[in-house]
Amino acid sequence: MLKKNQSNSEMLKGTLDMMILRTLIGGDAHGHTIAKVIERTSEDVLEVEQGSLYPALHRLEDRKWVCSYWGASENNRKAKFYRLTAEGRKQLVRETSRWRQMTRAIGLVMGEEGGAQ
Amino acid sequence: MSWMRFLHRKRSDAELQDEIEAFLSEETFDNVARGMAPDEARRQARIKFGDPQKVRETLWMQNSPLLLTHLGRDLKYAFRTLSRTPGFSMIAIVVMALCIGAATSLFTVARSVLLRPLPFRDPARLVMVYEHFRGGELSYHPVAPADFYDWRSKTHGFEDMAIMRPAGYDLTGVRNELPESVAAEAGSSNLFSLLGVQPALGRDFTEADDQRGSAVVMLTWSVFERRFAGDAKVVGGQIHLDSKPYTVVGVLPSWFTYPNAGIQLWVPYKADASVEMLQHHDWHGSQVVARLRPDASLAGAIAQVGAVQYQNHLQYPRDPVAEGVVSRSLNEDLAGDVKKPLTLMLSAAGCMLLIGCLNVANLLVARGAARQKEVAIRSALGAQRATLIREQMAESVLICAAGGVSGILLSLGATEWLAKAWKDLPTAQSIHVDGAVIAFACALMLAAALIAGLLPALSTTGKSMLKAPQTSVRTGSNSVSRTALRKSLLTAEIGITVVLLVAAGLLLKSFMQLRAANVGCVVDNTLTLQYNLPGSRYDTPEKRNAFNEALLARVRAMPGVRGAALGTTVPGTGYWGTDEFTVKEHPPLKTGEHLPDALTRWADPGYFSALGIPLVRGLFFTSDERVERSYKVIVSRQLVQQYFAGEDPIGKHLHFPGRAHDGAPNLMDWEIVGVVGDILYQVGKEPKATAYFPILEGRSDATLAVHTATDDPLQFSVPLEKQIASLDPELPVSDVLTMTQIIGASLVNASLSATLVLAFAILSLLLASVGLYGVLSYLTTQRNSELGIRMALGARRDQLLQLMLMDGLRPALFGLGLGLVGGVAATRIFQSMLFGTKPLDPVVLSGVIATLLAVAVLACLAPAWRASRLDPMEALRTE
Repeated sequence: MLKKNQSNSEMLKGTLDMMILRTLIGGDAHGHTIAKVIERTSEDVLEVEQGSLYPALHRLEDRKWVCSYWGASENNRKAKFYRLTAEGRKQLVRETSRWRQMTRAIGLVMGEEGGAQ
Repeated sequence: MSWMRFLHRKRSDAELQDEIEAFLSEETFDNVARGMAPDEARRQARIKFGDPQKVRETLWMQNSPLLLTHLGRDLKYAFRTLSRTPGFSMIAIVVMALCIGAATSLFTVARSVLLRPLPFRDPARLVMVYEHFRGGELSYHPVAPADFYDWRSKTHGFEDMAIMRPAGYDLTGVRNELPESVAAEAGSSNLFSLLGVQPALGRDFTEADDQRGSAVVMLTWSVFERRFAGDAKVVGGQIHLDSKPYTVVGVLPSWFTYPNAGIQLWVPYKADASVEMLQHHDWHGSQVVARLRPDASLAGAIAQVGAVQYQNHLQYPRDPVAEGVVSRSLNEDLAGDVKKPLTLMLSAAGCMLLIGCLNVANLLVARGAARQKEVAIRSALGAQRATLIREQMAESVLICAAGGVSGILLSLGATEWLAKAWKDLPTAQSIHVDGAVIAFACALMLAAALIAGLLPALSTTGKSMLKAPQTSVRTGSNSVSRTALRKSLLTAEIGITVVLLVAAGLLLKSFMQLRAANVGCVVDNTLTLQYNLPGSRYDTPEKRNAFNEALLARVRAMPGVRGAALGTTVPGTGYWGTDEFTVKEHPPLKTGEHLPDALTRWADPGYFSALGIPLVRGLFFTSDERVERSYKVIVSRQLVQQYFAGEDPIGKHLHFPGRAHDGAPNLMDWEIVGVVGDILYQVGKEPKATAYFPILEGRSDATLAVHTATDDPLQFSVPLEKQIASLDPELPVSDVLTMTQIIGASLVNASLSATLVLAFAILSLLLASVGLYGVLSYLTTQRNSELGIRMALGARRDQLLQLMLMDGLRPALFGLGLGLVGGVAATRIFQSMLFGTKPLDPVVLSGVIATLLAVAVLACLAPAWRASRLDPMEALRTE
């Protein structure tokens, strides 16, 4: 899910969920948009593998962090849209703070003053 | 939630496909916007997305609980394996269905009869207290009311004690509806509250009801529904019992079928009891039920009652007053005689189930052999042993589940049949399959699956199996341990079969003995019926005698009647009553000595000749022995042998202290005028000393036995009833039965247990022989090349035949030996059920041995023969 040659997907499984939730803050979106937004925002460093995107979306829906509906895409095609729920928003806050803690901790270990942001 | 996901995974998969399609078109659109040709745009979109199948699979797995998936896969696999060999699967399923069905049905009956108490309040503290005469074997002797009143007033170990006795009435409505003889019980007023029974309608008996002359009655639910159409207005109304008006005070709840389902009415204990009866310590005819105090021990409470009883015994040394008391729990008392046969049949069904499991296990071991290389390769590739075991278990689980479900369906019918076919089941009405029974069947199913599956699975997945790819069939070494396992399974199977065969053989022989038992009187072509002259219209002995004699005269004059006998009971109908007596001419008994007792019967002068009971010495009664001149008695040969050894009994006197007779209340000495041959009071019991009194003393209850000249005595029932109706149109007649029916009824249970156990044994024998055949066939195939080498080296065919035969017969012989030992041990348990048959009956034992050997040789012969007919060239080539 990072660049193709990087395969440390175990640790980053949670981060995809987090990033999807973060993306949905900007408004409801379908799978394609979500992938595109993540790729673009990460300046194309992150490439979302569809093999994990859709299972992740369904997982989030199971946990009631997002809900879905069928609608028309910007190009007027049928697409499944995902929307952040209140519970999902809370989860995003939790995940974000956990993420910040962790990157700071890793940064400290790696010798970067004040952690990495 | 995950279940919802699991159930909806098809839909969510379809949705996902739509979603993927949407993604692809979006991406294609973007690519076109980037300037690609449509085809290339589409291709790039697909490349970017990757394999959609993989996404679908990932999500599919994500939506399926892992364990369930594996289980489903195993079961599917097992199902396919099983359906490849439908013959084997069907046999295994049918075997399991029969075994589980039989065990479930018997468990249902056992649970109702032995385990599930009647819904009395706190039944664990309810006991029955009986009198016990020392010296004899342990017997539960009915209680005399006078003793009971002493127990109740003088002991403190029981919260309360209640007494009841059987009674019978002719029930008529107030508007002269059809009369009907009904079985009833007379119970003390505290009985129902002691048991914790509330009347469903109306009220319980009160202390004031329980007095002599009171005329109140409680109906059981069955008579309330049947005769009074469930009309609650009957409570407070009147019914006529023996032509006397009684007030109905209450109706008992529908579940109340105590002491048996035949009881229709309850009256207060003292209502129609005579003063003498209530005061005598030797009027044994009642049952006592007591509720133990929560803080008292049963042993202590019974010891107190025993002490009081011993005082009574000392007080009346010449009367038959028991020295002690015994008790047993109410439940045990209800189960009574049924307990032993039921336990026996339950164990037989259990044995059969075990044999069924062993057989399925045996067949699965053989099947496991075929898959041995596959298993070895898989475990070499890293398959976990647990996974392999689980896979193999799946087959036995499937077989047992299919068998179990059909078994439960089978037992629904079988239980109903069993409850009907089995007379004397104390709670026959409430026997049905319910949730608990089905849970039991499921547990059985599970246990069976474990037994049948685990053994083969363990044996085919062990570490040693890793060697399998290295070994060739030629060495034969790989199969040694499994062959040993199969042989020991077989030995166990045959052992258990032999136990069943021994039990079945003994029961069958005992049943044959019963069938052949000589009752001691005319049985064929004889019709019996009963009536009871109501005291209101037949209030003097003379009136009763007039009716009885007129009836006898008319019946004897009927064409086709060879003889008519009038007595209180006919042979074979049961125990009825005994009385203790002393011989007037003998010296008084020492204190503590057992008082002689005899069955008491009443007979008309022509009774013995009509029933063909031979006169041994002396004379029959004459019509002169009537009312106050009826001080004569005729005794049976057995009584003479027991109490008049070496003497002439004729002219001696028997003193019956408790028997003040209807004609002359103060008369207690009876002169012996004749000795007659013994009869069986019940088939299957040894003959007992019997005393016959003249029925013309004025008895009101009578059984008429008519010996007819036709094979179908039942055709006489209507003419006979017409004769009775012409003498008294209001007199109800009951129990119109042929003697054969009466005798047959006492054989029904013996025949039932013999038939069932025999059926189980035959089925087991069949299973064992199939097992034997299977093992030997397997062995022969395993040793094909070895046999080929032997032949090539010059072994003769008959030598090979002998070799293989012995190989198969060895476990059979070993099992036979074990089974005989087990069988002999097991017979000790049901020895008391056998009639005229010893546990070590040589005929039965040799029969069992011969049958088993014959079946074993037959089962082994085919594969052994095949082995000896091998073509050595072919055997060596098939490698």
